[in-house]
Amino acid sequence: MDLSVAQNWFFLIIALFMVAASLVVVISRNVMHAALMLVGALGGSAAIFILLGAEFVAGVLVLVYIGAIIVLFLFGVMITRVPIGRARSLDHDNRWPAAAVAIATFAVLAGSAVAFFGDEEIEGVSAVRTSDIGATIFERFVVPFEVVSFVLLAALIGGIVLARKDPES
Amino acid sequence: MTTFVAVEINFYVLLVIKILAVTGVMLGGLLPVILGELKIGAHMQSRVGPYYAGGRWGWAQPMADGLKFFQKEDLVPAASDTQVYKIAPYLLMVSTLALFVIIPFSPDLIAVDLDLGIFFALAISSLSTLGVLMAGWSSGNKYSLIGGLRAAAQIIAYELPLVLAVIGVVIQAGTLSMVGIVEAQIEMGVPFLIGGQVVGFVIFFIASLAELNRTPFDLPLAESELVMGYLTEYSGFRFAVFFLAEYAGIVAVSAIASTLFLGGYGFWGLDPTVFGPFVLAAKVGILAFLMIWIRWSWPRMREDQLQTLAWKWLIPISLVNIMVTAIFKVVF
Repeated sequence: MDLSVAQNWFFLIIALFMVAASLVVVISRNVMHAALMLVGALGGSAAIFILLGAEFVAGVLVLVYIGAIIVLFLFGVMITRVPIGRARSLDHDNRWPAAAVAIATFAVLAGSAVAFFGDEEIEGVSAVRTSDIGATIFERFVVPFEVVSFVLLAALIGGIVLARKDPES
Repeated sequence: MTTFVAVEINFYVLLVIKILAVTGVMLGGLLPVILGELKIGAHMQSRVGPYYAGGRWGWAQPMADGLKFFQKEDLVPAASDTQVYKIAPYLLMVSTLALFVIIPFSPDLIAVDLDLGIFFALAISSLSTLGVLMAGWSSGNKYSLIGGLRAAAQIIAYELPLVLAVIGVVIQAGTLSMVGIVEAQIEMGVPFLIGGQVVGFVIFFIASLAELNRTPFDLPLAESELVMGYLTEYSGFRFAVFFLAEYAGIVAVSAIASTLFLGGYGFWGLDPTVFGPFVLAAKVGILAFLMIWIRWSWPRMREDQLQTLAWKWLIPISLVNIMVTAIFKVVF
């Protein structure tokens, strides 16, 4: 790694932070702390997208994952368990199998990436313009996009049907 | 390498200058709004309001209040989750401060004219929900928790119409860039408020009042039932940070609304490179006055009325607004 480039330093800092934050997500015994560190990990991945010049993806990541999904997590935790203040036991009997699965997944992903690219220099891509992303989605990938939105709509309606209890008449 | 007054400035030096300038603009815009809230609110209630601090009109009252907060003890409740409790106000502050980065004061006077533009503002401002939830939960207090929950429910509900109202502007301007949106309005000759986005502006304004927890949407802070909501346990400096973040939010949202709907730094017959910042400041002042006026005139809504307004009225209307805007854009 070329340490004379500022990007590499930033990548190193962000990556180490993300690894630490992700570890806390798994290890923490407090649901709220785990969810908040998940915010840190997701913020780190948004930062990496910014380093790659993909502002729009970073923005979507922040808006959708941090602004909506994590908030929904926290909201759910606060409504249901209300673990105010001190930590509450949050452990699992399957922690060693889970660790094994995590390490194996990492090995497969890292191994395949190294085996495929090796030391090859990947050509840098300049910053992606938002209008280009829009054009790509709505011209080239318009059918998959519509299919995805249809599936999401169906899931939404399904969720409402399952959750809602109509008063018995 | 950016040229500024024909001098090339090192990137990192420029970065520090920009950060200081953004903070300065934030504070400079903040104090008049706080004083305005105190004075206008007082006169609307037939009071005089701050009178002594500073000598004339009590102009130094916001600064005196700030100094008072600095002197107070920073209490941390024993039942609280200390770390989360301490970080929450700063998260809220940062998410509000970051909004000032993309506000254009003139065609060149902008910290960064991101290609992402307004979308960056929407993404960053969604972090404030997190700060409010953290504050509400970590205080270890029932009132704080209920206040935090109410705030989160409210922000989730009103974020949708806010984003949807902005989409109308983006369709009409054809760009996300803040400078691009203002230029589109200057090119058209009239601001978008007159030029087809009046429904969008009303929805944006109502939704941003709710996002800022301003009356009539201040249920999370309803002092008659929840003490002070998620702010109950905060004191001293951390309370001051929350307070500043609220008023910085008013300035930021007014500036963004001015840029999107009122033509930003542009005004008929005035050269934007010279008068841009003053034109924008005047528009921000008008919108901030409107927010203060509403606060002292309207009673608080009920929780179900608030949710009904968002889900049954604002969201459908803003969807229709997008559809109509898109049709006009395609046809004309």
